[in-house]
Amino acid sequence: MAIGLTHYLVLGAILFSLGLYTVLTRRNAISVLMGVELILNSANINYVAFSHFSSGNVDGQIYAIFVIMLAAAEAAVGLAIVLAIFQLFHTIDVGAVETLKE
Amino acid sequence: MELATAIFYLVAAVTVGSAAMVAFSRNIIYSAFSLLGTFAGVAGIYVFLGADFVAAVQVLIYVGGILVLILFAVMLTHRITDVQITNRAAGRIPALVMVAVFIALLVQTIQETPWVKAKEIVYVPTTGAIGDLFLQSYLLPFELASLVLLAALIGAVVLARKEIKE
Repeated sequence: MAIGLTHYLVLGAILFSLGLYTVLTRRNAISVLMGVELILNSANINYVAFSHFSSGNVDGQIYAIFVIMLAAAEAAVGLAIVLAIFQLFHTIDVGAVETLKE
Repeated sequence: MELATAIFYLVAAVTVGSAAMVAFSRNIIYSAFSLLGTFAGVAGIYVFLGADFVAAVQVLIYVGGILVLILFAVMLTHRITDVQITNRAAGRIPALVMVAVFIALLVQTIQETPWVKAKEIVYVPTTGAIGDLFLQSYLLPFELASLVLLAALIGAVVLARKEIKE
């Protein structure tokens, strides 16, 4: 059986589910961010797969590049917030950090 | 089985396997390093899809940038001695059930939907076409992207620096 669109979509679905599981169960803020990265990667696979198999032009790849760019910005700001929280609370357990003010 | 098919399944297995390590590992260091396999595997998938430029960007930004950032954050925040409790997971069973139902729904939808097929599938270098599109149809998002990155840069510096009390 030749590799078709469905293979890539199923791969994206599996990656998305693993990322969702990570986001749902982890209590460590950095692990939650890792799960978000998995989800973004799965979305990118779908974009590029549709660009290759369905539309035949590179617009989907452009969106994938924008998503990668936003993921970089998200990781930088998210991890900076995690570091700031760690300095303040000495933990990055997302269940323990529940006050808005110092 | 064709060689290309075999390689695809190998790359997909590496991707899913390391993603599963990220999701299920008890040690956050293992989780962080497993992300390397996932990102590299996804870059391989892009190569299979004929997206050479996106694959290069994936390696440069995800493996070279985001992964290093995540590793730095892991090293800077968690206390190395109590590795076991640093990657605590809660509510595993309900999450597993929910995710299982979700993936069953997704796979069923993927298989039943009649996806639009392109007339012909081509493998050509994409860098030139992407560059043209960035400077023509997608010029405004492209410029906005640089603004977003600048804002993220300044925001990250402001958030992460140490407060100097007079």
